[in-house]
Amino acid sequence: MNIVVCVKQIPDPAEPGSLDPGTKTLKRATKLILDESDSYGVEMALQLADAAGGGEVTLVSMAPNNEVSGLRTALAMGAAKAILISDPALAGSDALGTAKVLAAAIKRVEGADLILTATESSDGYTGTVPEQLAELLDLPSVTFAKHIEVSDGVVKVQRQTEAGYDDVECPLPAVVSVTAGVVEPRYPSFKGIMAAKSKPVDQLTIADLGIDPSQVGWAGAGQEIVSVEQAPARESGEIFEDDGTGAEKIVAFLENLKVI
Amino acid sequence: MEFELTDEQEALRKVVRDFAQAEIAPYAEAWDRDHIFPVDTVRKMGELGLFGLPFPEEYGGGGAGLTTLCVAIEELARVDQSMAITVEAGVGLGANPIYTFGREDQRQRWLPDLCAGRALGAFGLTEPDAGSDAGATRTRAELDTSAGEWIINGEKAFITNSGTPITSIVTITAVTGTSGGRPEISAIVVPAGTPGFEVQPPYRKMGWHASDTHGLTFTDCRVPADHLLGEQGRGFAQFLAILDEGRIAIAALALGVIECCLAECQRYAKERIAFGRAIGTNQAVAFKVADLAVMAACARSLVYQAARLRDAGRPFKKEAAMAKLYATEAAVTATREATQIFGGYGFIDETLVARQYRDSKILEIGEGTSEIQRLVISRELGLPVT
Repeated sequence: MNIVVCVKQIPDPAEPGSLDPGTKTLKRATKLILDESDSYGVEMALQLADAAGGGEVTLVSMAPNNEVSGLRTALAMGAAKAILISDPALAGSDALGTAKVLAAAIKRVEGADLILTATESSDGYTGTVPEQLAELLDLPSVTFAKHIEVSDGVVKVQRQTEAGYDDVECPLPAVVSVTAGVVEPRYPSFKGIMAAKSKPVDQLTIADLGIDPSQVGWAGAGQEIVSVEQAPARESGEIFEDDGTGAEKIVAFLENLKVI
Repeated sequence: MEFELTDEQEALRKVVRDFAQAEIAPYAEAWDRDHIFPVDTVRKMGELGLFGLPFPEEYGGGGAGLTTLCVAIEELARVDQSMAITVEAGVGLGANPIYTFGREDQRQRWLPDLCAGRALGAFGLTEPDAGSDAGATRTRAELDTSAGEWIINGEKAFITNSGTPITSIVTITAVTGTSGGRPEISAIVVPAGTPGFEVQPPYRKMGWHASDTHGLTFTDCRVPADHLLGEQGRGFAQFLAILDEGRIAIAALALGVIECCLAECQRYAKERIAFGRAIGTNQAVAFKVADLAVMAACARSLVYQAARLRDAGRPFKKEAAMAKLYATEAAVTATREATQIFGGYGFIDETLVARQYRDSKILEIGEGTSEIQRLVISRELGLPVT
């Protein structure tokens, strides 16, 4: 089974990030790493290919400056190859612009049975690219998978909900977004790191994909970041003196949160 | 940048750092408190490839050099010295003698499991009455020519990784005869579980509580004659060569300890409020932190200079001794000063710098004391020191 995993390369959350005051977007000139939320999709893909008795895991990523550091991490985990789209015209792309680029790249992967994504990136958090991808590729979309099985051309998904999970099935090929709980990502071994050095990374521009520059980047963005504000400081909680009704107040509080 | 690492070495550093944070840091305090050797975690380090890093791929190794091993040990030591020394001893003292001095059949037999971390090897050199004075070895091995076996009698002391559930072999040094009136020392591989080979109960140590350390006794312990490692009578020269490489790895461990102290104190000096302001506003505290940064930079230079020389096939004896001497003494100083910065919390076992303080003293002793390093350096300088 051949699986495509969309992976994002993001600034290391352990380093202090900063915003470009002009564009109000995250500065991405530093070395980028594999978004941790994508490592679950990579691991899931490797396990599914393994369970199917073979097949390739192909990574697709869009990043500035031909960045491959994060891709090398996923290749070291065991992915076979990668497609990287890097183009100055992509700066400022919104979620839909990103989905257009990823969809065009995924179409180049022959015989892709399944496309996996995270539910959202850890830097942008729009959480809309998986569904946009499915629409652009004209494929069924299943979101928030906490468990995936594939058999006889059908993907069976336990779809995370607030109350528990739904059992969902759909025919392949399909786009499935996975949650952080779906599997435990492996650590790349040293041998994997060395092997990743020589795995192919197909580096493309938007011209290679036949995409018009006016459709992507700042030019094609249908959304604009108007302003960036500090998150408000957390408000202090309510303090009740127990006058004998403490238990009831706690129950009412929890009921209000819909946790009981 | 003289010490810039390759992309692959940097990638390994990140993997080991992530692994140490997720798989070691949350448990290290409990392992230390309860004296637990976490064999599952050791196996996981094996799956990462850490125990095979400097050995060729044909034996299941990573085909890297000592520099790459130093990167891994440095990162482990930032979080837990016990796990760092388990890897250091497993590679440097367990597998390295087999690789360096073993015949092909010995390498094929023992190295793949050692490289994969499925098994651990140990090196039995020190004895109750022979530490730095390793020539005073009393353990004897006599060849029973009719049976084709060595008969080993004696005692070893302070042997790392010698009694774990996955220990497969201990390479010991023993007197196998005399030559020119001096004892002739050879190295012999003793598989775990050999009758007559007994592992004594673990020591009660000052630190390194999650590292496995035992005394060993050999009573008419018989192993096949072909378990001789390297040339008969060359055991003394062999272990000296092994120790030179191990010293660089121990220095890398000490470097990780200093970096841990620096990071912890940088954070704490900004967080901890006394007299209405962060303690880092006091020069007495800030200057200690500045000194930690200098120690880390010096140790890093010495460690990676020595490792580069070794990997380039150039002489490195003096540089290895200098790296071990400086980095380990600096680690003891750094952990003491970090403990001082942490005040009362620094004296509490569960504080990271407190554990690092207890764990560090052995660094000035094991694999060649500071005094032995000074002796080595003096001799390399051509001084007539005895």
